[in-house]
Order: sequence, then C-alpha cells, then structure tokens
Amino acid sequence: MDSIRNTKAIIKRELASYFESPVAYVFMVVFLMLIGFLTFFVSRFYESGQADLRGFFFWHPWMFLILVPAAAMRLWAEERRAGTIEILLTLPVTVTQVILGKFLAAWIFIGLIVALTFPIVLTTVYLGAPDRGAIIGGYIGSLLLAGAYLAVGMLTSALTRNQVISFVLSLVICLFLLLAGWPPVTDLMVRWAPEWLVRGVAAFSFMPHYEAFQKGVLDLRDFAYYFSVMIFMLFGTHLVLENRKAA
Amino acid sequence: MLAVKRLEKTFGLIRAVRDVSFQVAQGEVLGFLGPNGAGKTTTMRMITGFLPPTAGTAIIMGHDIIHEPISAKKLIGYLPENAPVYADMTVWNYLGFIAEIRGFIGRVRVERVQQTIETCRLDTVKHQAIGTLSKGYKQRVCFAQTLLHDPPVLIMDEPTDGLDPNQKHIVRTMIRNMAARKAIVISTHILEEVEAICTRVIIIRDGSIVANASPTELKAKSRAHGAVELTVKSAPGDLVAKLERLTSAARVEVYPPQAAPKATGVQMPRVVVYPRPSAAGAAIAAGPAQLATDILALVKANPGWDLAAMKTLEGRLDDVFRELTESKN
Repeated sequence: MDSIRNTKAIIKRELASYFESPVAYVFMVVFLMLIGFLTFFVSRFYESGQADLRGFFFWHPWMFLILVPAAAMRLWAEERRAGTIEILLTLPVTVTQVILGKFLAAWIFIGLIVALTFPIVLTTVYLGAPDRGAIIGGYIGSLLLAGAYLAVGMLTSALTRNQVISFVLSLVICLFLLLAGWPPVTDLMVRWAPEWLVRGVAAFSFMPHYEAFQKGVLDLRDFAYYFSVMIFMLFGTHLVLENRKAA
Repeated sequence: MLAVKRLEKTFGLIRAVRDVSFQVAQGEVLGFLGPNGAGKTTTMRMITGFLPPTAGTAIIMGHDIIHEPISAKKLIGYLPENAPVYADMTVWNYLGFIAEIRGFIGRVRVERVQQTIETCRLDTVKHQAIGTLSKGYKQRVCFAQTLLHDPPVLIMDEPTDGLDPNQKHIVRTMIRNMAARKAIVISTHILEEVEAICTRVIIIRDGSIVANASPTELKAKSRAHGAVELTVKSAPGDLVAKLERLTSAARVEVYPPQAAPKATGVQMPRVVVYPRPSAAGAAIAAGPAQLATDILALVKANPGWDLAAMKTLEGRLDDVFRELTESKN
C-alpha cells in the first residue's frame, strides 16, 4: 500500500511540475504544430489519395528524438543541481518507487501530448475509411517507443547534473538505437564485424518493432522488446543512483 | 535515541570520515563542529541514509539505517545544507507532497500541513512559489519539511547559515523549544550558536572526532580558562613585575587601552594573568583557583594599585576550536 501511495505522490508532484512551468505548454504547441506540418505538407497527406496515417506515424520516432530527451533531461539532473535529491532520497521512500513515479509521470505527460493529435485521426476518418487496427496499433507502438526513449533519458539524466549533457547523451543513444538496423549503419559494421554481431546490433533497433505496430500487428515479442528496454534502462538508473547519489 | 557506530566513508583515496561513533539522547542538542571539509556533511548524509557508509552504521531508535532504511527514515527529520526545496512549487503544495509521502492522507494531511505552516510562521506566503521567496523563508520552508511529521530525531546541517540575525534568533528559539522532546544534531561553525543552544559538542577534524564534551567542559580546556583580568585606572610600575613573580601565574599580558575598545566609559589598560596549570605532586600550589587567591592577596597588600575591575575568565570556545582543528605545521 505504502509503495503505491508513495509512487502516486511522486507522479502527482512530477506532473504538477511539468504544468506549473511553461515547459509543458511549449512542448505541446511545438510538437503539435510540427507533427501537423510534417504530416500534411512533407508527407503530402492530401496528395497521397489514401486515407491512412502512415505519413503521420512515420514522423513519431524522429519527433520523439527531440521531445522525449527534452522531457526526461530534468528528471534527475535538476534534482541533483538543486540538491533536492537529498531530501527526496531521505524521505521514507525506496529508490524504485521514486524512479517508477518519475518515469510514469513523464510517460503520462508524453502520452497526453500524443493524445492531443486526435484531430489528425478525426480528419482521416472523415476523409475515408482508414484501417482502425492500424491506427490503434500505431498509437500503441508510438507510446511504447516513447517509453523506451524515456527510459534512456532517465538513465542519462541520472548520470549528470547538467541537463544539456543528459539531453545530448540520450539523443545520441536513441538515435543509435533507432538507426541500428538501418543499412547505412549496418554497412559500416559489416566491413569489420562478424555477421552475428551485425545481426545482434540490428536486432536491438527500435525501428523494426515500431513498424510492426504500424501495420496493426500486435505481436507479444514487440511488447516484450519495448518493456525489456525500459526495464533494462530503469534498472541501470537504479544502479547509477545507488552508486552516486551525491555526485 | 540515535547511536552512530564506527562510521567510515572513503571517496576514492580520500578517507572523509574515520571511525566516528557517538550517541545522542532525548533532550540533547548535539553541536557538530569542525572546519569546512572536516566531514560533517558526509557524516550527516550517512546518518540520514542518503549516502551508504563504507563501514559502520547509524541506529535510529533501534532501526538500522542500512538494514531498515524505511522505518529509520520515518523517525528522522533532515534539513540538508542550503535548504534545497523545489523552487517551482508553492509552499502549500510542497508541504502537501511531503505530508503525503510521510503517510498523512485526507483531512489529517491538510490539518498537518496547516499546523506546520503556522508553527513555522509561513502563513503569509503559503500560496507563493518557493523560488520567489527570500532566503530566510526558503530556509523556513525546508525547516517546516523536517518538522512536519514531528520526528523524534532531527538532523540539521547548518540551519542558520546565511540568515540575518533576527532569522537566526527565530530558528534557534524554535530549536530550543522542541529540544526537550527530541534528539537533535546540528552542524555549524558559528560558535556563539553552540553556546546558545547546544548541550554537548563534538569537534571533528579530518574525519575524526577530536573532542566530545559539554560547551563548559570544552571552554575549561581553553588557555584563557581561569585567567584573571585586571582593569587598572593607571598602571603603577611594580604591578606587572609583582604579578609575574607569583608562582601560580604562567604569564602576564598587558593590553593597552586601544586594544580593548569599549563603547562607553574611559578606556583603560587591562592586564591578563594566565594561570600555571596545576600538576599533580608539584611542590608549589597552582591552578586557576590558586591564582585568583594569590592575586586577591596581592591586591590587598598593595593599596596603591588603582583597580577598576577584576574578573576571572571562563575561557573561549573559539580558542579550543582552533587549537583542536588547526594543523600543527
């Protein structure tokens, strides 16, 4: 009971701190404007002659690349910089409760922003008969992808008291994980790395799993992939915090 | 209530805290003194469970901070250095958050927050964002956070640092008022504060405890303890020489008037006679008591000396502090 109450208290505080500063609103406006622009004008939504959201979901991994590390960078770095981590971790809470609370709060925050793209869905439904399964799958995949990015951002935020360093680090790691299965990257490795290593790295990539969801395929293996990335990163965060609380 | 057992902390090659043990009982206010970097903050961080010790532990009312961190942390109120609180939250929301984590829910929580706000005199700013408050208020918000659950053990790292004299007075009064019911540890390097509120003092140097005594006992170790100060209207030539000849006097120092500026009255030279320490089995009688007796007799025998005042000095805490913590070289 205590652990749920503690986690809930942390979630509430974190969410409030997003909305008590202008950060939340800036994020929302920028994300929604950009995703609208990219979907309608760059992906040529109207010219494609097809009422589907492929052009919309195509942009999510790239938009998240900026949005998610930016939303995650303050989670621990700011606590360290301001010293508030010292009070937080001497309260009767476990590190796991705090990590989960912060993670879930940020995930809800990103989820909320993604949910606000609903007018694009309504437009599509109004214009034609899109595949509902693909839309639902697309959103689930998008949220899971955001969660995986977020877990990476948590880890980099725990590593430093500097938000900029956290942002850049998590952007680079996410970008690598995004591109790991992409031919230009694998080609770079093929020249010197053994085949199993190339395949192994490619299998870590976010992309193939994300694309499966877009087709409306809800495969347990894809869920397992995203959740294991999140658990791995959050576990890493736990280790970092236990070992260098005062850094 | 609080037992610190052989705490050790090593950062790489640096031994920040070495074998620190002490106990604090209910009603005690322990002053934790030491120069900057002596290991005060590190020790406090280990007691409160923020840093894991390299060795040793702290027991809070029977709960080991390492093995039962949650039960131990429930009994502690911790005020870290520089009062770190969330700048973007309002005072009310911040204390509400702390209350929730401390296990208060529903109406009890609201009452508890309101009560703490009143105790810490934060009523006028309770709906303001903490970041917009002055340093004194910020410190009080953090203070409120430590007191909210009425913990039996209070650990405070420089609670009056950076406050103005009025604010310092408020904080000290609050600490003194609740001292009887709690075990309190405060770190500070303001020595007047120690004399004002502490019942016991621990001085730490390079990570090790070098003194653990009451402020009075510590002052007794001072060079000036038991020295006799004479304020003379005019100094007859033989005064200093006669004082120096006393067997119980170690040394006589004369301070000209300008060395002792006084706001009122005529400035007069002072003569301070330091006592020779009494040694067991020594042939001659010595020590502070003997010195005072000797000087009194001398003054009576010399009616020509024109004294304005004569008093025995208690000794000074900062002398002892410097002696114990300054490196010899």
